[in-house]
Amino acid sequence: MSTDLAIIGAGPAGMAAAIEAAALGLSVAVIDENPAPGGQIFRGVERAGGDPALGPDYAEGLALARAFRAAPIAYHPATALWHLDPEEGHLSLDGAPDLTARRVLLATGAQERPVPIPGWTLPGVMTAGAAQILLKTAGMVPVGRTVLAGQGPLLHLLAAQLGRAGASPVLILETTPPGRRRAALAKGGFWAGRRLLAKGLGLLAETRAIPRHCAVTGLRAEGRNRVERIAWEGGSARCDTLLLHEGVIPATHIPLALGLEMRWDPVQQCWHPAVDAYGASSHPNVAVAGDGAGIGGWEAAVAAGHLAALDAARRLGRLAAEDFAGRARPWLRRRREALALRPFLDALYAPAPASIPDTTIACRCEEVTAGQIRAAARLGATGPNQMKAYLRCGMGPCQGRLCGTTVAALIAEARGSTAETVGLYRPRAPYKPITVGALARL
Amino acid sequence: MDGAPLRVPQGASAAAAVLLAGADAIRETPVSGAPRLPYCMMGVCFDCLAEIDGTANRQACLVPVAPGMRIARQRGARVAFGG
Ligand code: FES
Repeated sequence: MSTDLAIIGAGPAGMAAAIEAAALGLSVAVIDENPAPGGQIFRGVERAGGDPALGPDYAEGLALARAFRAAPIAYHPATALWHLDPEEGHLSLDGAPDLTARRVLLATGAQERPVPIPGWTLPGVMTAGAAQILLKTAGMVPVGRTVLAGQGPLLHLLAAQLGRAGASPVLILETTPPGRRRAALAKGGFWAGRRLLAKGLGLLAETRAIPRHCAVTGLRAEGRNRVERIAWEGGSARCDTLLLHEGVIPATHIPLALGLEMRWDPVQQCWHPAVDAYGASSHPNVAVAGDGAGIGGWEAAVAAGHLAALDAARRLGRLAAEDFAGRARPWLRRRREALALRPFLDALYAPAPASIPDTTIACRCEEVTAGQIRAAARLGATGPNQMKAYLRCGMGPCQGRLCGTTVAALIAEARGSTAETVGLYRPRAPYKPITVGALARL
Repeated sequence: MDGAPLRVPQGASAAAAVLLAGADAIRETPVSGAPRLPYCMMGVCFDCLAEIDGTANRQACLVPVAPGMRIARQRGARVAFGG
């Protein structure tokens, strides 16, 4: 099978790009590892789009998913991309026949930043995003005493959503350090970002009755075979489910595997692929749109999807330069508006400088501790890729997706360097586990 | 799950089913044998690896449940033969 544009990911950016590209007459294939469109933000939206617990934004995602379903798009759900050859445009897929594409758009979104605290591998400790996905896809809420810990808009949104579903958390532990608010307020953007700001303030008001501690440090999950208590500097509480969240970062697995040029975000302490205004990456056949190119939220992702599709049509000779400019302008404006509040949010919720205790697991797959990584870094492991040879961290099933940023930060700390200098893992194909049978069918 | 029948809402993943079953673990790690349950539910952490319908090491959070599906927990490392 061959197609003009292959899009990886059916979240806001991927769906918007597919709709736009199909309308411009391109043949479009969308590959997504989830069973239904929506990405993480609109996960399960076709099933639960009208659920009042999930709020009005979620309903907007329903319209997008419907337009996506109605458009002439070859959609491959529950399908994993496990290798991409950008030169040949060849996509190796698990779940659908392989594809050849003239242009590839990565719309693989974001993942939650790892929160390596003592005890975070205990059963009963999950991410806030995980709890939200359970609510969206299965209407499930945690039973017993739920504690939310960390920072970021999602923490407050989830607290409100759990409350509406009758399972309000018993405690919120906010890690935002003191003084952040003042620094963030200096960034402005409030008038243009007033709609988002109003939404955020509304959530804070809605969750006001939940006990909370601010500027919390030294978080640790305690328990024998399951979390039983959450402790912090100066306190502790009983806890049956602990939901952690320290914001989201771009999912960089495929961009790193392709060797795309990357940029370091010093405020949010994360990497993202270098892209132009239309999502074009350092590789001439590959674009990146949405949160995977830098966190901006779903409205910015929709605009970026449209822009990347317009750019694909222009590059493939289906859209004249003068038409391109006219069609791109409104989406460039919408994205600017959607991003107006970002500098404020980024400054407010910049990751708190955390010191990870030596005995804490950094790499969950291979169970490598922060202390082992520090010691190996002092011995001479200069970067994450050398660290693999020392300790196997990043070589377990997640291939470093989760521990990448933690390991880099620990190496930087131990060597008196910066995370930007020590770099990241270079992942290899297969990007996802495949069976021997799938390999044999090649 | 592990041979016991379980009713789950439509749309739930195999990982959600394991949580709903109240299981104390979905796998025990190959390195230390520590119990784990799903952590991210979005395909990133691989802590939800389970044997589903006879295939080991599947990310249970990405697999929607289906009637009659068999989910089995994984203990320790996989062996490189079988099924
Ligand atoms: S729970 Fe993290 S990959 Fe499934």
